[in-house]
Amino acid sequence: MTVNTAKPAPLKEKSFAQRLLSDFQKHKYKYLLILPIIIYLILFCYKPMYGLVIAFKNYRPTRGIWDSKWVGFMWFETFFKDPYFWRLLRNTFTISGLTILFGFPAPILLALLLNEVHNNKFKRTVQTITYMPYFISLVVTCSLIKIYTMENGLFPAIMSIFGMQRQNLLANPSYFYTIYILSDIWQGIGWNSIIYLAALSGIDQEQYEAAKIDGANRFQQVLHITLPGLLPTITILFILRMGNILNVGYEKILLLYNPSTYEVADVLSTYTYRMGLENQQYSLSTAVGLFNTMVNVVFLLITNYISNKTTESGLF
Amino acid sequence: MSKKEKVIIHNGMEIKKSTGDRIFDAINALVLIALCFVTLYPMWYVLCASFTENSYLVANQGILFWPHGFTTGSYKMAFEHPLILSGYKNILIVLGVSLPLNIFMTLFCGYFLASKGMMWKKPIMFMIMFTMFFGGGMIPAYLNIRDLGLYNTLWALILPGAISVYNCIICRTAIQGVPESLVESAYIDGANDVIIVFRIILPLIMPTIAVLLLYYGVGHWNSWFNASIYLQDNELLPIQNIMRSILIANSNILNASAAENDQVNEFAESIKYATIILTTVPVLCIYPFLQKYFVKGVMVGAVKG
Repeated sequence: MTVNTAKPAPLKEKSFAQRLLSDFQKHKYKYLLILPIIIYLILFCYKPMYGLVIAFKNYRPTRGIWDSKWVGFMWFETFFKDPYFWRLLRNTFTISGLTILFGFPAPILLALLLNEVHNNKFKRTVQTITYMPYFISLVVTCSLIKIYTMENGLFPAIMSIFGMQRQNLLANPSYFYTIYILSDIWQGIGWNSIIYLAALSGIDQEQYEAAKIDGANRFQQVLHITLPGLLPTITILFILRMGNILNVGYEKILLLYNPSTYEVADVLSTYTYRMGLENQQYSLSTAVGLFNTMVNVVFLLITNYISNKTTESGLF
Repeated sequence: MSKKEKVIIHNGMEIKKSTGDRIFDAINALVLIALCFVTLYPMWYVLCASFTENSYLVANQGILFWPHGFTTGSYKMAFEHPLILSGYKNILIVLGVSLPLNIFMTLFCGYFLASKGMMWKKPIMFMIMFTMFFGGGMIPAYLNIRDLGLYNTLWALILPGAISVYNCIICRTAIQGVPESLVESAYIDGANDVIIVFRIILPLIMPTIAVLLLYYGVGHWNSWFNASIYLQDNELLPIQNIMRSILIANSNILNASAAENDQVNEFAESIKYATIILTTVPVLCIYPFLQKYFVKGVMVGAVKG
């Protein structure tokens, strides 16, 4: 360890400012390249974050953000006392919960099924076809949903075979979740299975051979080799999903809901949209949006903490 | 349990299938074929409907396995209507300006994140990553666009989506795969980082660039929400928003004049399907060619935050 003392001492004496300067000189082109991104982030990400202060102000467009009066937590209180508050919270959690409950396992199931297919051509064809809906725009998907659920559409026609009354399904609150979740799975199942298939291809094939020799059948192989092999991927995706627990697909809800289904379909973000952009209640709706974001961050941190404790694989 | 399941291993690989295995394979194949049918049928239906006569469509919604009567009138109509045409024009303008901007910004950002040794790397990286988990949200973003004077201009569709952090991470990982010795020897030959990005990095990560082009392109092509809140004039709306008006809101945005009225009414139903086909098919023709690169992109973005 005596070698260390021989290190040239004078280098250390460079001041912080000098080091900063030489860093800039050395990497000036790298900083030049990142400059547009920094400008972009400031203008379109951080400036809106500053705009969040209007949740604590009585924002008047004529006065601007800076000159509007501070009101503390008034808008949050207004929102918590709003008769719709519990309904919004309930709907948001219900839609998100159902999407996780049914939508999260669906691609895993598809990946497991595809993994059992040994004809590569068939496998690839199925993959290509199931990726397709992911590239179809929401507007088109929702138009198709609308067409199929109209009173004289496909699904009411099928239901009438079973003796149910023909009706416009989108106008009936009791069908909204089913329509929302099923179409969500339809659109994402193929695309979301990609990552699991990639993880599956990373599992050591020798394990399967060893299991076969030991007499394990295919179901046992899936249970004891495939699923454990997938678990880290599943965990990470689950954490990411939990961090978005209140980020339900509001674009889709905006396209599908109507006043007759607000009771079950109105969520925090659609309420933000209506309050903010249709009723111009900027401060209130910003407060609602901020509340939404904060709950998301809390959920992300909690899930990450639990995951770090139990499986030692977390995001950070 | 111990039936006569002869497990014979040839060359350590092949294993004779039991009856149970074969039944499982058959059911598995059936399930997957059913899934493919459920996926393809809606698009097939739309294709058939776009060639079907209007009167038939009004009476029957959703069930069609073959065009009923055959007419291309709806396509002719779609190609002639000024709003549909301007919808395509607008989205093509947005794509034309956005895509080069997206790709260069993502490339620069990815290069910065992949390089080492800068004192400011950590703070800048934090600044970039932070936006993945926290943001101002809908209303502050909207007010910001108004503040910047971008409201009711196509710039409002181009600039806010100039980069996606997720895609930057994909790009960074691709750049990390480029051998360091290549970059070092370029330095020795006197190249600076800008030259290195364009002359060495860019040609080497072309497959990734193709996937990024697809992600950004499809993102712009399919988006409607920003246009619906940032644009006011119908003449500025991209095609998805025009489709939303005719398909979902059932508005009579297309029937501006009385002359148009008669024409539009004649194809009121089938024109909806023609526009769906015209906006969806281009995307569906591109993605299968890039499919083999998807895995990489998805893996990188999801696993490494």
